[in-house]
Amino acid sequence: MATRGFSGRGPGAGAAQPGRLPPGQFRTADFPVLSAGPTPHIAREDWRFTLQVGPRPAKSWSWGDFIRLPITKVTPDIHCVTKWSKFDTTWEGVYIQDLLADAGLEPPTAFTLAHSFDGYSTNVPVKDLLGGRAMIAIAYDGQPITPEHGGPARLLVPHLYFWKSAKWVTGLQFTDRDEAGFWELRGYHMYGDPWQEQRYSGD
Amino acid sequence: MAPPQMRAAKLLWQSASVVAIEPRTPTVKSFFFRLAYPFSFVPGQHMDVRLSAPDGYEAQRSYSIASAPESTDAIELAIERLQDGEVSPFFFDTVAVGDEIELRGPIGGHFMWSADDGGPLLLVGGGSGVVPLACMLRHRAARASTVPIALVYSARTAADLLFDAELRNESARGDGFHFIPTLTRETSPPAGVRAGRIDASLLGATLALLPAPPKIVFICGANRFVETAADLLLGLGISPPTIRTERYGG
Repeated sequence: MATRGFSGRGPGAGAAQPGRLPPGQFRTADFPVLSAGPTPHIAREDWRFTLQVGPRPAKSWSWGDFIRLPITKVTPDIHCVTKWSKFDTTWEGVYIQDLLADAGLEPPTAFTLAHSFDGYSTNVPVKDLLGGRAMIAIAYDGQPITPEHGGPARLLVPHLYFWKSAKWVTGLQFTDRDEAGFWELRGYHMYGDPWQEQRYSGD
Repeated sequence: MAPPQMRAAKLLWQSASVVAIEPRTPTVKSFFFRLAYPFSFVPGQHMDVRLSAPDGYEAQRSYSIASAPESTDAIELAIERLQDGEVSPFFFDTVAVGDEIELRGPIGGHFMWSADDGGPLLLVGGGSGVVPLACMLRHRAARASTVPIALVYSARTAADLLFDAELRNESARGDGFHFIPTLTRETSPPAGVRAGRIDASLLGATLALLPAPPKIVFICGANRFVETAADLLLGLGISPPTIRTERYGG
């Protein structure tokens, strides 16, 4: 249904680069902040990252150990379920496959839950974390990630809506089943592919 | 509050008629929509709006619901005109009564409150961020609830205060709702209205109006405002899981 009088393509529309903006999204140069609660300020000395298989910790890294792992730089477009997209965002971090290699761990299940300092969680299938598709990011735009944007470290899964890229991430847990995380329990899609416009459960 | 049941059914788009348009402030207009397929919602939830051009181009945005769930005749969305926006200027300049607009909802399962959830509540709104908070208060009034609620509402000038008369009337009933507006750019605030930005003393004094520490704190506004309010409240001893935030814009 066409909306009477609407032609669109105002500021933020994606006409200049067709095929780069998923349906229903608009391009922004800003970096909006969306968080369900207050921003935690986590000192690097207090930060740890833990790989878990079910309830069992498999390997844990301090900040100092973590930043000695192989660091990769990526420049993806990111897409937030609240409709904004941002192109060419530059991140540095440790690919999930490099974390697993350091832990000597083959993925024991097909599903994960990422856990955050503030109690947030989100589910991501293992296949979406491997092959250079996801990292634990520790820098944005050449600088440490600010607390508002999830620092000291956030998950980065840029091919899914950005709520999957959990801020203040402190662990990744392999689960036997695909278990819903924070927003997935509150009406948002279990997978969240922006190109399929999987915003809400049932989409 | 436990999360709601996961929705298995798809949230369907529906065409809704604009039945009224009401200017609220110099930069905010309320649009009232009659839905062909009404739904129930919880105060604090939002709607997605979709505009479609004849060539298939689409633009979507989210807007908080302003009307109480109990007002079943129409859904009110209070839309702020953003200078460089694509959708809000269209609503301001082009949308007229009788137009059909595509909507779907309700959306959001965290920033929401129903009278059955109890209180006390502290609400902190900045600018148009007051909209989902006003929805909670309208619901409280419609249910004749006496859950203690204090609202701190920061706006630029007296003319920018959304739902001012309504909030004032509600607080005058003396049934446990306290309305504390504060104006950041008003040189001569009306009698009894505070001037200045929110700070620890304002929030501390507001907390003292409640009979007990808040069960939930809801903060909504631009990100900078939300960060400031949340940090101040953490400094006043409010625990992080108590605070729920909704951030507009960058």
